[in-house]
Formats: sequence, structure tokens, C-alpha cells
Amino acid sequence: MAEPIAPARPAGLRRLLRRRGAVLGALGLLAVVCVALYLFTDLPGKWDYALGLRSRTVAGMTIAAAAIGVATVLFQTITANRILTPGIMGFDSVFLTLQVATVYALGPAFLLGAPVFASWAVELVLMAGFVVGLYWWLFLRRRLELPVIVLAGLILGTLFRSVTAFLQRLIDPDAFAVVQNLVFASFTTVDRQLLLPTALLVGAAIASLWPVRRALDVLALGEAPAIGLGVEHRRVVMHAVLAIAVMVAASTALVGPVTFFGLLVASLAYTLVGHRHLHSVPAAVAIGVTALVGGQLVLDRLLGFSTELPVVIEFLGGVLFVVLVLTGRAR
Amino acid sequence: MIRAEGVAKRHGPVVAVDEVSVELGDGLTAIIGPNGAGKSTLLSMIGRLVRMDAGTVVVGGLDVATTRSRELARRLAVLRQENHLPIRLTVEDLVGFGRFPHGGTGRSAEDRAHVERAIGLLELGALRGRYLDELSGGQRQRAFVAMALAQDTDYLLLDEPLNNLDPRHAVELMKLLVGLVEERGLRIVVVMHDINTAAQFADTIVAMKEGRVLCHGPVDEVVTVPRLVELYETPARVERIGSRRVVLWD
Repeated sequence: MAEPIAPARPAGLRRLLRRRGAVLGALGLLAVVCVALYLFTDLPGKWDYALGLRSRTVAGMTIAAAAIGVATVLFQTITANRILTPGIMGFDSVFLTLQVATVYALGPAFLLGAPVFASWAVELVLMAGFVVGLYWWLFLRRRLELPVIVLAGLILGTLFRSVTAFLQRLIDPDAFAVVQNLVFASFTTVDRQLLLPTALLVGAAIASLWPVRRALDVLALGEAPAIGLGVEHRRVVMHAVLAIAVMVAASTALVGPVTFFGLLVASLAYTLVGHRHLHSVPAAVAIGVTALVGGQLVLDRLLGFSTELPVVIEFLGGVLFVVLVLTGRAR
Repeated sequence: MIRAEGVAKRHGPVVAVDEVSVELGDGLTAIIGPNGAGKSTLLSMIGRLVRMDAGTVVVGGLDVATTRSRELARRLAVLRQENHLPIRLTVEDLVGFGRFPHGGTGRSAEDRAHVERAIGLLELGALRGRYLDELSGGQRQRAFVAMALAQDTDYLLLDEPLNNLDPRHAVELMKLLVGLVEERGLRIVVVMHDINTAAQFADTIVAMKEGRVLCHGPVDEVVTVPRLVELYETPARVERIGSRRVVLWD
């Protein structure tokens, strides 16, 4: 029966908390350094023009990194699962279908000539609307369990992809080439006038999480323990779904689909700072910015590759996915 | 006082709980019954983990269907059978979550006091820094009970808390529950399979079968041969050893 009497506040815990703060600071610094290096090193003679292009790319990357990183952390929290990403909710399939259907119905010229802001807004509303509508109907109205809805999203996503594949066979090869370009994520062709509205949306979605940050921590214990501890489960989950939908849809409409990126970022964030959202959310943003901007830096300046960064990121994310599954860390 | 009235739950054509009306009073109440009797479902509905299809449950004057979940969590703690966690947490972190309903972050002096008391009561001091996935099933079970105690509620609902516990820890947990009833006036409802343990420690026993309450009363009234045979459809003997009733299955 005799067990050692523990001190009121173990020194180990305090050290850990301090260490988390330090890790978070280091991650933030790393992100800033990457951005600074990307912006200011190796500037050509016409530096103002180059700087303008680079700052546009960095802004697009930062917004996308924040949106995808935070959305993935949130999605893994509400599903109590460490290998799912919001990609499973069917965002990119809606995005693809939209692009291909437009090209099929109205021709590639229409898509290329459409006003940028209008097409961004339409894509955003349809993608976010699809996900929020699905969850609102199945989760709040029909009161189905969350895993069932995740599966429903997955199946609807497959349906959209099949429709897309079918339409792609119907359009002519020239139009097909246009579509191919549109459906791959690209950070270097971001439209400047979309940066501010996207940033505002993503920022608002992240800010809305502040009041529920503790409830989200509890939610990560799973549904029943969270309800037992007094979390209004359906309300908090729907709030998270709304934030995820806005963030992922806004970022996908800006740069295109980036599926595995979030998995990479969220896993690293948990490993480095743990599961408390006060730590893991900022860490996910910092790691995301570091990965995207740092990755582009390495590709551009050190390796001189012309490969688009998303290809590399998706590859690394895919490798991590396999590692997570094989080591059993993901449950 | 926990009052359930006409509480029902069905899964498609299967009736899990069939319009149960029952009042659970002070002390330690044990719910017993064969598999599939609806014990866990009833407990989960009282603890608002599962929605009722019909009926009302009032716990200490609060209607569980309409009271804000957080307010309820300050009065009522509920623990389910399987406690699988999707994330890696230390014992201390988990127990600290018990302070969430009180708006605590687990770091204020009052929160610390409750967490320390719960860790002490469950003798988890040596394990406080260990990750839950590195513990045995019984140790993990005790950590979850400690979290429920850190919630500092008047009502405690436990679904088969003796699962995975060796005799020493099972007896210690039951004695702890009895102690909490006696010293702090906690009202505790426990779903359990071991009738002998129920008979030894509980004040009141509720016997459920096929979604209904078969009988409900003090141990001496429920732990009798005719009741048990009707309940489990298995021949039984009830022997008296000292002051205790012991059930033997034939």
C-alpha cells in the first residue's frame, strides 16, 4: 500500500511545459527564417519585381499552410483518429468536378477567362456548402454517428471523382490539358486579389476556435468521455466542421488540392508539442509554413529543380502515412 | 436521487431498454443482470451518453435532457466500460481533465488539490507520469476512476469498473466507493456482473432482464434463490457465510 508521496507539482511537468513553450518559439522562429531567406536571398538586379512575385508566393503558402495544418488537427480531433485528413471529406473531389464540369459545359476559354474573384467565390461556396450541408443534415438532423458520416463523405467523394473521370473522357485533348493544369496545386500562380479575402476567412475560422480550445482538448478523448465531462459534443463538432470547411475550401480555391500535407504537419506538431490545442494549432501553422516555404527554398535555390513543391510534399506525406500505419501509431 | 421515468431505447426492432421507471436513492446501488439486459444502456442514458427514445431522467433535480451538459458534469460523473483513448496522455493529464467541467485548466491550486486527492485515493502516485498506453488494463481503469473522482460530483455512475482488476484492486475500489458514500455522501450507481461483490458492498440492488427491471431492493430481498433463478435462468444456491450472502451456481 505504501506508495511514494509525490510532490505537489512535479518538477518534470514544469520542465515539460517550459520545453513546449521553447519548442513553439523555435518553430515560429524557423518559419520566420525560412520566409526571410526565401524573400531576401539571391535577389536579382530587378529586386522589386522579384520581391513582389516572391511575397505573393509566400503569402499564398502561409495561408494554405495555416488552413490545411489547422484543419487537419481539428479534423483528427473530432474524429478521434490520427491518420484521417479533411481530404477524406470530399473537398478536392468537389473541386475537380467543378473544374471539369465547367470546362465540359462551357469550354476551357470560359474557365480561363472567368473573373478570378467570382470563380474563387463560387468554388468556395460550393465546396464548403457541400461539406457543411452533408454534416448538418446527417450529423445534426439525422443524428448519425460521426464515423458513418465520414464514410458517407468518402463515398460521395468517390462518386464525384467517377463523374469527373467520365467527363474527362468526353472533353477534347486541348481542354483536357487545361483541366490538368488547373487540378494540380500550385503556389506560384496564386492570384494576388484573392490573397486578402482568403487570409481573412482563414484567420476568422482560426480565431473562432479560441473560445472552444479547452473543449477541443477534451473532445480528443473521444465522444463518450467528452460528453461525460460536459462538452456539448454535437455543437462543438459542428463548429469545428464549419471552421474546417471554410479553411480547406478557401485554401483549395486559392492553390488547389493538397491532400497529404496536413497529415505530415499534424503528426509533427503532436510529436513536438503534444495534443493541447493551445500548442498544437500554432505549431501546425509554423511547421506548415516551414515545410512549404522551406521546401520551395530548397527546391528553387539549392537543387534548382523546376518540380512543383506539392509533388514533393505529397510524396513525403504519403511515405509518412505508410510509416504511421505500419508502426501502429495511428489508431 | 436519480429518477428515471418510462425510459426506453431501441436499436431498430431490438428493444434495449423497455420503458424503465426506477428511483435510485442514496448509497451504493448495483445494477445486475444477464448479458443484454440493458444495464449499460440504462446507465449511459442516465449519464446522457446515449439519447433516450422516450422517457425522462432527473438527477438531483436536473433533467439530463435539458440541463446544460457542463452543469450536469459538475453534479454527475459517468464512466463507460471501454476506455480506449485515441491520444497519448499521462495519468496525471487524464485526471486533470476531470477538472474541465469546473472551468479549470488543471493548474489552479483548487484543481491541483482535487487531482492530487484523486490520484492518492486510487494509489496512482507512482504511475502519475506514465503514459496510459504503457499501463495494464487495471491500472488504466483506476486512472479513469481517478478522473471521475477529480470531477468532484455528487453522483457517480460506473459501468463495470471491476473489469481488468485483480482481487486486491477490485476489493480496494469497492471499499473506496463505500468510503466515499459514507464520508462524503456520494450516490454511486455501479453496473456489475459479480453478484457476490454486489451483495457484499451494495446498499441496494437493481436486477434487470430483457430491458426491464425485474426487482429492486435491499440485498436480502434481491439475492435470493427464486429471484436469481428467474434472472439468470440457471440453478443457484445462496449460502450464508458469517453475515454475508454468497451465491453458488450449480
